Amino acid sequence: MNYESILSERAQAIAPSPIRRFFDLAETMDNVISLGVGEPDFRTPWTIRQAAISTLERQAIFYGANSGLLQLREEISHFMERKYKLKYCPENELLVTIGGSEAVDLTFRTLLNPGDEVLITEPCFVCYAPLVSMADGVPVSLPTQEKNEFRLTAEELKAKITPKTKLLMLSYPNNPTGAIMTREDYEKLAEVLRGTDIMVLSDEIYSELTYGTKHVSIAELDGMRERTIVVNGFSKAFAMTGWRLGWMAAPPEIIAQARKIHQYAIMCAPMISQRAAVEALRHCDADTAHMAEEYDHRRRFLLERFAEMGLPCFPAQGAFYLFPSIEPTGMDSETFCEKLLEEERVAVVPGSAFGESGKNNIRISYAYSLKHLTEAANRMERFLRNHKK
Amino acid sequence: MKELLSLLKQNARLSNAELAAMLGRDEATVAKQIAEMEESGIIRGYSVIVDEELADRDEVSAYIELKITPQPDCGFDELARMISGFEEVESVTLMSGGYDLGITLTGSGLRDIANFVSQRLATLEGVLSTRTHFVLKRYKEKGILIQDEPGDERGVYL
Repeated sequence: MNYESILSERAQAIAPSPIRRFFDLAETMDNVISLGVGEPDFRTPWTIRQAAISTLERQAIFYGANSGLLQLREEISHFMERKYKLKYCPENELLVTIGGSEAVDLTFRTLLNPGDEVLITEPCFVCYAPLVSMADGVPVSLPTQEKNEFRLTAEELKAKITPKTKLLMLSYPNNPTGAIMTREDYEKLAEVLRGTDIMVLSDEIYSELTYGTKHVSIAELDGMRERTIVVNGFSKAFAMTGWRLGWMAAPPEIIAQARKIHQYAIMCAPMISQRAAVEALRHCDADTAHMAEEYDHRRRFLLERFAEMGLPCFPAQGAFYLFPSIEPTGMDSETFCEKLLEEERVAVVPGSAFGESGKNNIRISYAYSLKHLTEAANRMERFLRNHKK
Repeated sequence: MKELLSLLKQNARLSNAELAAMLGRDEATVAKQIAEMEESGIIRGYSVIVDEELADRDEVSAYIELKITPQPDCGFDELARMISGFEEVESVTLMSGGYDLGITLTGSGLRDIANFVSQRLATLEGVLSTRTHFVLKRYKEKGILIQDEPGDERGVYL
């Protein structure tokens, strides 16, 4: 059969993950030490796992409400209020999804008409542009700059707005750069957006992992809640990646449309995960704080090591990534990463995987033990010494 | 101080430079703070956690519950101090509940421990009774697992 003519052109047009090839190569080598993984190294706190076990023991696992367990939506509502003073009604302004990713996908499918432009703040996680395309939208790259610590400025935003702009995609704390946005930074964007029909999708999955500063949601700003869809989830704050659970918070008109798509495609998010997540939101703030403290130690440790080895890196204050510049080596990020892998057996992700604006950087994940980070840093230091220009 | 202590408790072999980097202080400050804690007795010492099975040392450990009579002036302290003086005693704690002192002890064999309990401990004035539990296997000590950590099961996804 000629599948090429059978398969959806849109699906075929999606580019495969840019780092697949790279990690396939890493897998054929021995003694590789990776700083590539984008998920916590911590295990899910025991009390959350126990809640899942007791759910299995005591409860029948039926389908649940399409929007998610009401009890969980109530806890999410409390969480958003105690963290960001944001009020979302559990009945009609919250939707529990399969990870933050589903919420992102749902937002595109709920808002976009063919040809609508989505401004995607880059560098960013790799899923946004393909999902926009699948929803008939047009992804428009909105690069940020290292000299601004990869924060989006009002000027950069204004320059890309056209009559077709439907949505602005923000993701702070940011993967891959670790950048954050302050209230002042957001206020400048809000000034541009108020009075327009441009909506904002704010992926705040790393909200609980900030260092020396507290996360601000753009929805907190005057006039922004009504034009913002906030996406968050359990993966990063509670080390629950494989549980696949997230949520979207938005005005009821948006949730009502999104819920229809969710209902037909998904039915409901996994019930075991939902019951465990209730425990997470009720009792695990201290676990999150403990993990954040440990990430912070590693972050500082690596920043210090990078400074010593002459790898310039802005002091990122969020997520668990650093995004050092490799410009001084004269290599582009893919060459740098390939050589680093071949010569020192260290796997890191080329910044170009996250957009053109990351081409002079590499993404370093510090979701690893200090011992692991030390060994990787030693190897990188040797590599840089050997490639001094 | 609290953060510094918690890092040292996890790994006392971190260098001052590493500790300083992780805490965002300078090395001299960290050195001074550690010296102060040693001076004031907040830090009493540093030790190592050994997997005795792998080290293949033929040692036997026991946990001993002790009931004692408190003394008029000093309560349990005098006797606890006296017991702490024995080299083979690793820890001595005053407990609430069904007994008074909890003692951990390591010897070169069962007989060693039995002798110690019957000849040294039980004979002390004020000791009412002893109850000895032998350690069969250690799984975790001071927050550190005495078993191989499972390997990194995370796949490589962005």
